[in-house]
Amino acid sequence: MSLADQSVSPSARPLVKLSNIRKSFGSVEVLKGVDMAVQEGQVVAMIGRSGSGKSTLLRSINGLERIDDGVIEVDGECVDPSQIDLRALRLKVGMVFQQFNLFPHLTAGENVMLALKVVKKQDKAACRAAAEAALSKVGLGHKFDAYPSQLSGGQQQRVAIARSLAMAPKVLLCDEITSALDPELVNEVLSVVRQLAEEGMTLLLVTHEMRFAREVCDSLVFMHGGRIIEQGPPAELFDRPQTPELAQFVGMVEAR
Amino acid sequence: MYNFTLWDILSNLLLAARWTVLLSVIAFVCGGIAGILVLLARVAPLRPLRTAMKLYIELFQGTPLLMQLFIVFFALPLTGIETSPWTAAAVALTLFTSAYLAEIWRGCVEAVPRGQWEASASLALSYGEQMRYVVLPQALRIAVPPTVGFSVQVVKGTAVTSIIGFVEVTKAGTMITNATFQPFLVYGLVGLIYFVLCYPLSLSAKALERKLNVAR
Ligand SMILES: Nc1ncnc2c1ncn2[C@@H]1O[C@H](COP(=O)(O)OP(=O)(O)OP(=O)(O)O)[C@@H](O)[C@H]1O
Ligand SMILES: [Mg+2]
Repeated sequence: MSLADQSVSPSARPLVKLSNIRKSFGSVEVLKGVDMAVQEGQVVAMIGRSGSGKSTLLRSINGLERIDDGVIEVDGECVDPSQIDLRALRLKVGMVFQQFNLFPHLTAGENVMLALKVVKKQDKAACRAAAEAALSKVGLGHKFDAYPSQLSGGQQQRVAIARSLAMAPKVLLCDEITSALDPELVNEVLSVVRQLAEEGMTLLLVTHEMRFAREVCDSLVFMHGGRIIEQGPPAELFDRPQTPELAQFVGMVEAR
Repeated sequence: MYNFTLWDILSNLLLAARWTVLLSVIAFVCGGIAGILVLLARVAPLRPLRTAMKLYIELFQGTPLLMQLFIVFFALPLTGIETSPWTAAAVALTLFTSAYLAEIWRGCVEAVPRGQWEASASLALSYGEQMRYVVLPQALRIAVPPTVGFSVQVVKGTAVTSIIGFVEVTKAGTMITNATFQPFLVYGLVGLIYFVLCYPLSLSAKALERKLNVAR
């Protein structure tokens, strides 16, 4: 389905590797030893009930949450709880949020160019070219000079995707990126994600769009109570859940 | 006895008002610059620094300006720094202003949503870069109306410096009253001068606030 099937690198080392990730908020353990691997070019969806730790896990992967134990490895960049400098990791891991989080004082183009200029120290022309390319890719080349407040939710989310993509991350994390959108705007964002998947981008998504997960993802991860309790091809998980928790979750989702 | 005309009184008050204005401007500009430094330390990701600045702010907010003025006026000479009423007034008002502005601005920085920090962090910006390019520009917008509003407090605060003998408009008013025995007229004019200085500031603070609310 994706590049991963054809071009597994000789060493076959996963692009993202999580080992025994643990994280507590106060006395509540939210991640109870998560192991996970994502191959280059793979599209992985995480599903699970509210509070099962999906966001926390995703946010740990780019250091927005400091993990208590375990190791995160992204393309050879290793992070453990003692690590403080996260810059190298974040250059390899992009993230798109539920609430878009565009910078409201900057135009769409400036949103995309900011990190190119400040972090990657590219010159003006290069920044502009990269930003134009990224915005065109999400179908918003003509909105370069628009402020976020002048854009619809779907357009804002696509700018946010462009902003992450422009940094050329190795993997893109998406946390329920369509959940804050009006129903009629969901598809324009999903089709951008679908296009990225087809181009071989490595994606790790938290989503409640089950049909999308089934159609686009190579692998599905079911989280429950801070653990991954099932994973595999989407069709298999949906049609033949092995655990009662997943069976119940699938039943619940499909009843909606 | 020499008879003061209204113009004599007014012109003397206006001459002294120059010092009120100058002192206000100095306190506001220097206090603003110091305030930025206090602010940065107050929100820095370093607990001891934050605590120290919290104390600094609480010290100046929790004591009367008059006390602060006395302390500067009488304490600076002990450290060997020669202190004229003018320096003492400028130093005390600067410190006072820096503490208040830092606290006003801290509120503005904290009003910037957490998502802005997270999005900029995920783009690999460092703390300083996040502040400079993402958080401060947004905080600045919210900060303008309360900052302009606070400048009124600074102008009025300069009146206190008359007590250590700095001749600004209030002190001049007292001196002229002693010579003319016309307190109502003189202090009426003094009040009018403060009003003319402050009212445009209050008005523009309100206008800015309205404008910013519309813009959102
Ligand atoms: N900053 C925090 N402080 C304290 N508790 C937190 C914090 N963030 C998350 N939690 C708790 O951790 C648990 C897991 O949260 P998380 O956001 O990872 O769940 P989720 O699977 O993403 O849920 P949802 O589907 O609702 O987004 C929840 O019980 C939540 O209340
Ligand atoms: Mg979540």
